[in-house]
Parts: sequence; C-alpha cells; structure tokens
Amino acid sequence: MSYFELMGFGPLGWGLPMLEAAAMTFAVAVAAMAVGAVFGTIGAAAKLSRSRIAHAVADGYTTVLRGVPDLLVIYLFYFGGSAAVTAVGHYLGAEGFIGVPAFLTGALAVGIVSGAYQTEVIRAAVLAIPRGEIEAARAFGMSRWKCNRRIVLPQVVRFALPGMGNVWQAVLKETALISVTGLVELLRQSQIGAGSTRQPFAFYMTAAAIYLLFTAVSTWLLSRVEMRAMRSVAKA
Amino acid sequence: MDPAFMLATFLQLLGGIPLTLQLAVISVSAGAVIALLLALMMRSGASILVWPARGYVFFMRGTPLLVQIFLIYYGLAQFAVVRQSLLWPILREPYWCAILALALNTAAYGAEVIRGGLQAVPHGQIEAARACGMSGLLLFRRIIFPIALRHALPVYGNEIILMVKATSLASIVTLAEVTGIAQRLIAETYRAIEIFICAGLIYLAINFLLTRAIALVEHRLSAHLRGASRPRDDRAIMQAAVDATHY
Repeated sequence: MSYFELMGFGPLGWGLPMLEAAAMTFAVAVAAMAVGAVFGTIGAAAKLSRSRIAHAVADGYTTVLRGVPDLLVIYLFYFGGSAAVTAVGHYLGAEGFIGVPAFLTGALAVGIVSGAYQTEVIRAAVLAIPRGEIEAARAFGMSRWKCNRRIVLPQVVRFALPGMGNVWQAVLKETALISVTGLVELLRQSQIGAGSTRQPFAFYMTAAAIYLLFTAVSTWLLSRVEMRAMRSVAKA
Repeated sequence: MDPAFMLATFLQLLGGIPLTLQLAVISVSAGAVIALLLALMMRSGASILVWPARGYVFFMRGTPLLVQIFLIYYGLAQFAVVRQSLLWPILREPYWCAILALALNTAAYGAEVIRGGLQAVPHGQIEAARACGMSGLLLFRRIIFPIALRHALPVYGNEIILMVKATSLASIVTLAEVTGIAQRLIAETYRAIEIFICAGLIYLAINFLLTRAIALVEHRLSAHLRGASRPRDDRAIMQAAVDATHY
C-alpha cells in the first residue's frame, strides 16, 4: 500500500481519523492555554500583590510546576483525579471505579503547567508598563478599575504577546504527552494506526508533519499579530 | 498522608536517580557537541551548510520530543534495512533510542543558544585578535568561544534543566527512571499525591543543585567583569546569576 493510500480518505485510508485527531490536539491545546491563562493571571496578580502569603503561594506554584516533569503532573491528574472522584462518588453512594474524562485531565494538567509559565510572562508584562502612565491615569481621576481596563490591560496584552507565543508553542507540543491517558489526539491516533498497519514510521512522520504545520503557522500568525500590536511603539 | 508509605516510596524512587542522571548527562553532552556543529554550520554562510542546519532545527523545535522518541524507537524498525544494519543492536535498545532522541532534540535548541552567543561576540574583539596575528582555530579557541560561552551559559543552563525534566519521557519507552518508577507505583497503589510529592522533590532537588552549579560556573567565568578594587559581594552576584537563569 502506498503512502497516499495509507493516509488517504479511501476505505483503507487513515486520513479522516488522523485529521480528527489533529483537531483534538488543537482543541486540547486551546483548552489548556485557556486554563493556563486563568492560573497565569491569578499567579501574576498574587506575585505582584503586597500580600506576603499570596506571593509565597504563587512562588511555590511556579517553582514546583516549572521544576517537575510535565509527565509527572499528567500522571498526578490522571490517577489522582479519578481516585478523588471515585472517593467522592463512594461517599455519595456510587459504586465501583469512576474515571475522569481524559480531555478534562489532559487540559487541566497541561494548563496548570502552562499557567506557571504564563504567570512569569504576565508578571513581566505588567512590570514593563512605565509607572508614570499609571500615575498619570490616576492623576486624571481614573478609578483603579478604569485605569486597569484602559491603561494597564491593553499594554499587558501587547508586552505579553511574544512570551505567550512561546508558551502556546510549548503547549501545542506538550499535548502529545496526554496520549498516555488514552485521549485520542494526534500521537495516540498514530500509535493506533502504527499498531494495526505495522507502518510506525509513516504514522509518526505524518504526526510530526502535522505538529510542524501547527507550530509553523502559529509562528507566522504570531509574528503578524505582534507586528500589529507593536505598531504604535517607536522602533529603536 | 502516611509517613511510612512516603518513606518507602521515596527509597524506591531514589533507585531511579542514576538512570535519570545518566540519560541527562549523556544526552546533554552529546547534544552540546552536535549543537556547536549546527551553530557553526548556520554561521558558515555557505548555503549548502546553512539550509540543512536550519531545516534540522526547524523540524526538531517544531515537533514534540515524544514523537521524536517514537520515530526513532518504533519508526526506524519499519525498515528492513535498519533491522539488518550494524546499528540495530543499538537502535533496538530503548536506552540508546531515548538518549539518541534526547541528544538530537537538545542539539537543535542548543544550536540556537550557541548561535546567539556567537553573534554576541563584539566585532572589536575579533579584530583585535586578528591584529595580534590570531586566526582560524586559535582565534576561535582563545577569543570567540570563551566570550560566546559566557553569553550563552545562562540560557544553556535553562536548556539543561529542561533536559532533566525531558528524561521523564524515557519512561514511556519502558525505562525505569524516576518518573517510570513513580508511574508504576501510582498505577499499583493509586496514591498519586504522595508519590507525586516524593518524585517532585527529587526533580526539584536535582534542578536546584544544577541551577546553583551553573551560577557558580558563571561566576567563575565572569571574574574579569568584577572590579578588583571593589569589595567582592559574592552573594549578590550569585543571586543575580540565579535570577538570570530564572529569567
């Protein structure tokens, strides 16, 4: 069977399952990025706050999740999550083992890790805003909230873009690890295909090509968006 | 939390440390050599060298490490030529496949770091060396490489820490390093949180020691940048170096 028949859309082709799996990879990456944005925002706010406790908690969060392998975090969520849900289920009168959906555990695990990186990105972006602009806004009589919305937030988005782009690329590639939980994303689908056709190289190379397409298109789009976001900033 | 269980787990996980360190040390050192070659290729200006190096870096940085491991461990075996080749005894071992994949992967990231370091060497330094009569390998060994190394070290330190974490993927191709043992224990006992804490502590300890070691090397390499007359404030410099590695 030629490569094009193998990856095609004919009766024996794996084209459709592979495309669906690619969509799953993209969906998990987007979900993880969103989870990470929530944790990153909270983490950055905690690190910038005056509260020592909040600062220490956020410090612990970023240190641990950036220092421990992501695979270990995925195992924690996969096994720990279902153990916790089963325990709660038994308490409420359910019986047997209750599994947590693989999509949810995967997106949460990768999301919380990416949140640790996003915390640093957002914090650096907030610190990059000149203090004078915030003081000026306050002097104009803007409330804290209005100042945040009109002055801080738009600039945080601008300064955080390059760092967020890096995190997004990392998240895209990290979703491959979720395959260990059995979620049928790109790598898991390739494993299934490789197993039943005995053509592992063809399948893993196809998966690699699709990941490459995702990352390359993201790089290109991000550079466009960055250029647009920076259009009002004078070039050095 | 059960202290006796935690202790037993911790002791079992300690057994995985030698393998984790082996994977990290061998792949980082082999990767550094390949990275240097790639960086020199990218800077050579000859398109026959520049484009293959760029393509390689693009591929390795754009695809997940786990896919690369599977390509080498499972993928290559698809070809009869590989199965009958001299390299087969190596390529069928998960240990060597993991090391190969890790080294090839870190080489691509390392190449970019080294390229940045080489770019940061001030032109005047090279001109001065040439004026003194240095050229070729001597110029590279005495002037360009040490300066580039100093620039690249903080970023390379980050890459080394990422590699220590990346060795955990070797567990997916059956190697029983720290994460592999942790995974087995979790699957057996379902006490994910306790085992995660033990395994996490081991990785944090390794990475903490690494960060310190890199900061120390950086400190040694930048001796000439610290004024001799000023009182030495080692702690502040160490802290700055640690901060730099953590961006």
